[in-house]
Amino acid sequence: MESTAIDDRLFVELDPPLLAGSSCGDCDVVVFPAAHRCPGCTGEYVTRIALPNRGTIWTWTTQAFAPKPPYQPSSSGFEPFVVGYVDLGAVLVESRIVGEVAIGDEVELRLLDVGGGQVTFAFARVVS
Amino acid sequence: MSPADIFVVGAGMHAFGRHDGVSGRDMGEHALRAALKDAGIGWSDVDAAVGGSNVSGKPDSLVSRLGLTGIPFTTVKNGCATGGVALSTAADMLTAGRAGIVAVVGFDKHPRGAFASDPAAYGLDPWYAQTGLMVTTQYFAMKTRRYLHRYGLDEYALAAVSERAFANGAAHPMAWRRTPLTSAQVLASPMINDPLTQYMFCSPGEGGVALILARGERAHDMCERPIRLASVEVRTRRPGSFEVFSPWLTTDPVHSPSIDAAASAFAGAGVDPADVDVAQLQDTDSGSELIHMAETGLCEHGEQAQLLGSGATDWDGDLPINTDGGCLAGGEPIGASGLRQVHEVVRQLQGRADGRQVPGGPTVGFTHVYGAPGLSACTVLTSR
Repeated sequence: MESTAIDDRLFVELDPPLLAGSSCGDCDVVVFPAAHRCPGCTGEYVTRIALPNRGTIWTWTTQAFAPKPPYQPSSSGFEPFVVGYVDLGAVLVESRIVGEVAIGDEVELRLLDVGGGQVTFAFARVVS
Repeated sequence: MSPADIFVVGAGMHAFGRHDGVSGRDMGEHALRAALKDAGIGWSDVDAAVGGSNVSGKPDSLVSRLGLTGIPFTTVKNGCATGGVALSTAADMLTAGRAGIVAVVGFDKHPRGAFASDPAAYGLDPWYAQTGLMVTTQYFAMKTRRYLHRYGLDEYALAAVSERAFANGAAHPMAWRRTPLTSAQVLASPMINDPLTQYMFCSPGEGGVALILARGERAHDMCERPIRLASVEVRTRRPGSFEVFSPWLTTDPVHSPSIDAAASAFAGAGVDPADVDVAQLQDTDSGSELIHMAETGLCEHGEQAQLLGSGATDWDGDLPINTDGGCLAGGEPIGASGLRQVHEVVRQLQGRADGRQVPGGPTVGFTHVYGAPGLSACTVLTSR
């Protein structure tokens, strides 16, 4: 079965994955997901852009308990996971993280199966 | 806004904790009656009221229990900052001359477990919660990790915050958690959101708090030791702050509504942070308290470990913090939590604290709350 994005608006494309943000023509603020109006300066001249697919871990934590709905643990039970903010240069993006990381680690974008035939975005450490 | 001549003349509280069979509104009513008794007045003397509850009913419906006196009753709902916003609203009514005596009440009764949040209420799409990102404790842990990294602090400082909170809570009859815990026990408790362990987090809880405010001349007639509300300030986030439920952040986010609200409160009161004798800071988790110590101006960034280690923030230290055990020992009934801080500072400045009394006759107090989606309310209270 082919996977679909949990929300199409998050992605420019799925294969290979690229995240869709937006950049403000007035103040250069970059946001994710893409916005129609700049939350920094309220400007209307925002352009949808593809975000870089590599960045560095800015901070991270573990999630040891199952979040409340609408999050659904997998059918085999909840598995703790890692989340973090990834520094993509112009913006920090909050994301699921696959595998263990430390601040400063270089990571790259990939897809993560969240069940029900859906995928979301995630970052994992670059294997050098 | 600097309320020139506004005083707290009564304070009342329903103990925090778990109270089966007692509703949030019951606890709000209990606190209101205690505050009215403390002020030596009846409900019919109150000109206006402000109330806050996040999930436990409509505060203004309490008029059916206290008396249908026809007064204006404003309801506020601003997340964890609800109490501070309620107090600010009440102060504005007094400053504007719309009332001479205002009652403020906050209560809540939360179910067990972490708070559940609705993405749509925060302007977020379902994917954010469905993928497991919409969890407040993750935010606290990630902000804490970055802060420790930036300022060279470690988990022992986090544990010291919890140890002090539980020591203060053990001595406070209104606190929920009444058992002291050592730093070693805090560090050994299960990891919830790395680097924060179970005993570094507060729990959603139950409780109610009420305050009676009055203007100058009447305040001194009503109360032997009225406490001046020297300032109360509310601020929301600006670009460049690191807030809960943020799918994205600006690079190097170092700003915070806590910084703005605290600076404005100190300026409005004409008080220097160094003059504070007792402070209550938002401690949803020990990392947040650590960060708020510096964001509010009470210490320098990175100085916290030394202050905690030396006992300076203990109830008998130079800068006593969360003398009632804070959220960590009291739990967090959202609507009541900010008013609990003011209740504790008022009692400290009056020299009749319910738990550990700060020695030496404290005269300047400070309170700070922080809430989603990025707002803070701070007060300066003085006995002078």
